[in-house]
Amino acid sequence: MEWLLSALILIGAGFTLVGSIGLAKLPDFYTRLHGPTKATTLGVGAILIASAVYFSLHQSLSLHELLITLFLFITAPVSAHLMAKAAIHIRTRSIQRTQNKPEFDSEHR
Amino acid sequence: MSANMKKSRWLPHPFLSVALWLIWLLLNNTFSAGHMVLGAVLAIVIPILTAGFWQERVCVRAPMTLLKYLLVVLWDILVANVVVAKLILSPNRTLQPGFFVIDLDARHPLAISLLANTISLTPGTVSCDLSKDRKQLLVHALHLEDEAGTIADIKTRYEAPLNKVLPPC
Repeated sequence: MEWLLSALILIGAGFTLVGSIGLAKLPDFYTRLHGPTKATTLGVGAILIASAVYFSLHQSLSLHELLITLFLFITAPVSAHLMAKAAIHIRTRSIQRTQNKPEFDSEHR
Repeated sequence: MSANMKKSRWLPHPFLSVALWLIWLLLNNTFSAGHMVLGAVLAIVIPILTAGFWQERVCVRAPMTLLKYLLVVLWDILVANVVVAKLILSPNRTLQPGFFVIDLDARHPLAISLLANTISLTPGTVSCDLSKDRKQLLVHALHLEDEAGTIADIKTRYEAPLNKVLPPC
């Protein structure tokens, strides 16, 4: 069991790390948005599952980790959406090869 | 509370009440009788006090489809996380980011927001903007190879079941 939980925590940490690397190295604002939204899903998800299982085994049943997941899953996309919307609104530049860039402010307002 | 609401006065939003009750129990990390009662009181009072913010009627159909939808989304999150991790670790120049527009069939506001949320949650795509008439959703993809295929995927995997669960009513 310990091994399984350790593996889950390592997987979670690994995905969070990859998300952070993405935040640092991706070329423009819109692609960088993808980094953190990913880290919160699988990265945090794996760590929280490990936490819930560990504390349920060693103390009493522990399920409030589910709530953290729920709140993250509700709030992360909303903040990503708002940031993207704001970026489009102030015409943040995307890298050259981005396919079909939106016609700013005409269609999508 | 607006006068034109014809909902039950005491339980205007049964689903909200159940959700609040469960969240209360989870927050306290207990299933003791005292908290169940206290949670039930809150679950009845809060929806009544906030009814003004919940104008649209929500009617959930096809609960099995909803369950299946949740499983599909979880699975897609798992798979797509690995795909995106690979994309992030590959050199920047191989990336082909792009925007695309989905013409929405879903009409219920909650269905649209759930769809937008799902798109952002599944790695590789972030929903960016909803047109004013709520008929088009602008999405940014980290790596867009097959635009038509991606759109068709989103429509069949996410939008169709959501539409079934939350029909306009």
